Amino acid sequence: MTTPTTAQAGTPAYDIDAIRADFPILGRTMHDKPLTFLDSAASAQKPRQVIDAISTAYETEYANVHRGLYQISEAVTARFEGTRETIRQYINAAHTHEIIFTRNATESINLVAYSFGRKFLGEGDEVVITELEHHSNIVPWQMLRDEKGIVLKVAPVSDDGELIMPAFEALLGPKTKLVAVAHMSNVMGTILPVEDIIRRAHAVGAKVLLDGCQSVTHIPVDVQALGCDFYVFSGHKLYGPSGIGVLYGREELLDAMPPFMGGGDMISSVTFEKSTWAKLPHKFEAGTPAIVQAIGLGAAIDYVNSIGLDAIGAHEADLLNYATQKLSSVEGLRIIGTAPHKASVVSFTLDFAHPHDIATIIDRAGVAVRAGHHCAQPLMERMDVPATVRASIGLYNNRSDIDALVAALAEVQELFG
Amino acid sequence: MSDELRELYQEVILEHGKNPRNFHASDDATNEARGNNPLCGDQLVIYLTLDGDGRVADVSFLGKGCAICIASASMMTELLKGRSREEAQTLFEAFHDMCTGEENGHELPDDVDKLRVLSGVREFPTRVKCATLPWHTMVAALQGEDVISTE
Ligand SMILES: Cc1ncc(COP(=O)(O)O)c(C=O)c1O
Repeated sequence: MTTPTTAQAGTPAYDIDAIRADFPILGRTMHDKPLTFLDSAASAQKPRQVIDAISTAYETEYANVHRGLYQISEAVTARFEGTRETIRQYINAAHTHEIIFTRNATESINLVAYSFGRKFLGEGDEVVITELEHHSNIVPWQMLRDEKGIVLKVAPVSDDGELIMPAFEALLGPKTKLVAVAHMSNVMGTILPVEDIIRRAHAVGAKVLLDGCQSVTHIPVDVQALGCDFYVFSGHKLYGPSGIGVLYGREELLDAMPPFMGGGDMISSVTFEKSTWAKLPHKFEAGTPAIVQAIGLGAAIDYVNSIGLDAIGAHEADLLNYATQKLSSVEGLRIIGTAPHKASVVSFTLDFAHPHDIATIIDRAGVAVRAGHHCAQPLMERMDVPATVRASIGLYNNRSDIDALVAALAEVQELFG
Repeated sequence: MSDELRELYQEVILEHGKNPRNFHASDDATNEARGNNPLCGDQLVIYLTLDGDGRVADVSFLGKGCAICIASASMMTELLKGRSREEAQTLFEAFHDMCTGEENGHELPDDVDKLRVLSGVREFPTRVKCATLPWHTMVAALQGEDVISTE
C-alpha cells in the first residue's frame, strides 16, 4: 500500500481549478459568501460525471435488474453488475462476487455482525475494537454481546490519537474471534497500522473487519495484499450517491455465512416447505437494490481513478500540512489527533469558544465544517473534549478554503476572545 | 460579521456564558434531572429544591455546553426562584415559543423580559435546542424524570 507523499509546497498534484469546475455545488454561495466546503468526511460532494451518470440512467436506461427479458433491463443489469467489477478492481478483491451491495457502511457492518456474528460467535468469544471507532462499529457488536454473550474488548489510543499497539496485542488471545477496526479515524485522521493489526489478529486465528469509510477516499486499498477478511465503505463519502454501500468479504467466509435478509433476488428456488439461497453475491442482496445509486458509485470510482488516488493523496497531504500549520498559529487552538501518520482531517477546539458556537459563526462566513462528537462519543471522552470542530479535506479543496476557515476563526475570536 | 450573529451573541449572553450564575451542584435538591443534546454534546444537570408548597426554593445547574446553552441555563436559574410549579411550566412554554417562533398564545411576562435576549436563536434553527435544553431539563426535573434527550 502506498502512503500519500507530500507534494512540493505549492506544486499542485493536478489542476485544482479544472477539478473544482467538475463540482457544480462549489459554484454556489452560502449566506452570500462563496461556499467553503470542509465537511467531506461526513459526505462528499458529487462531480458532474456522477450526476450525469445518474440522470442518464434514469432518462435512457432504467428498468429493474436481474429480471426483465428485454433490452433495457439487460443493459441496466450490465451497468449495475459492471459497477461491481469496478469496485472489485478499486480495492483489488479476488472475485467480483465478493462485492456485496448494501445501503451504507453501517449496514455492511450490521450484516457481518448479524450473519457472521450469529453463526460463528458464541458466549465468551471476543471481539476487539478500538477507542476511536465510529458508533457504527461499536453498537452492532454491543447488540451481539447482549444477544449472544460475546465479550467486547476495546484497545486504547494515545494522546496523539494513535492505536497503542502493545495494549492492542495484549487483548488478543485464543478467544479473539474478530478484530473490527477503522482503517482511518473519521475524527482525527489517524491511519491505523492495519498490516500489523491483521498479521497479529490472524496469528491468534481471528478474522479482521476493516471499516474503510474514511480510508477508501484517500488511500489506495488492496484487500488481498492487506489480507483483511471484510472491508466496508459507503458510496457517499467517495463522491458517489447516498443509499449505496459496499461489503467486501472473502469468498470462503461469505459462502459459509447465512443470508442477512430474506426475499426476492436472494433465492435460488422457493417452495412453502423450503427455499434455497442464491449464489454470491445475490445471497446477501434481498429485494430490488439501489440500482441507479450503484451506477452512480461506479461513475464516482471512474472519476477518482481518472485523477488517481496517488495524485489525490499528494494533493490532500499538501493541504493537510498547510491547514495544520495555519491552524496551529491560531491563538488558543488545540488540534485533537496529531498522529504522524494521518490524512485529510483536522479536528480542533478553541479554548475560548465551544465547537457549536464556532460552527454557527463560521457558517455565516460560508464555511461548512462539522462540530460535535462525530458519532464517536467514546473517543471524545478518551480525548477529554465534549466535542470538536472538524475540518475535512476532499480532492476538490484548495488553499483558499483553508484561508477562509482561518479568517472565519478570527471572527470567533472577535466575539469570544 | 452579520447582524444576526451579533443579535445571537449579545453581550449579556456572552457574559452569562463565561460567568454562569448558580453554577454548582446541590445536596439539598429535591428534584434533579440530566439533559443531553446528543447532536452537539451539550450535557447538563439541573438541581431544583421545592419547598412544602411546591415553590422553587433554590435552583442551580452544572454542565458543559455552548455559550447559548450555558447562558440560557444561567438566566433561567436567576428567574425561577420563588415561582410555583405551574408558573415554571408556563414560563417554559412562553420561552419555548419565543425561541421557535411558534405562536401558541404564550407570552413572556414582563418580569422576565430579559429572556428576550435569547430570541436571536430563531434565526438559527439548529441552535434552538441549545437554548431550550436547560428548560426542557428543568421541566423534566419538576415532573420527576431523570434524563431527557433532545434530538
Ligand atoms: C469511520 C466511519 N465508519 C462508519 C461510518 C458510517 O457511515 P454511514 O453512515 O455511511 O453508514 C462513518 C461515517 O460517518 C465513518 O466515518
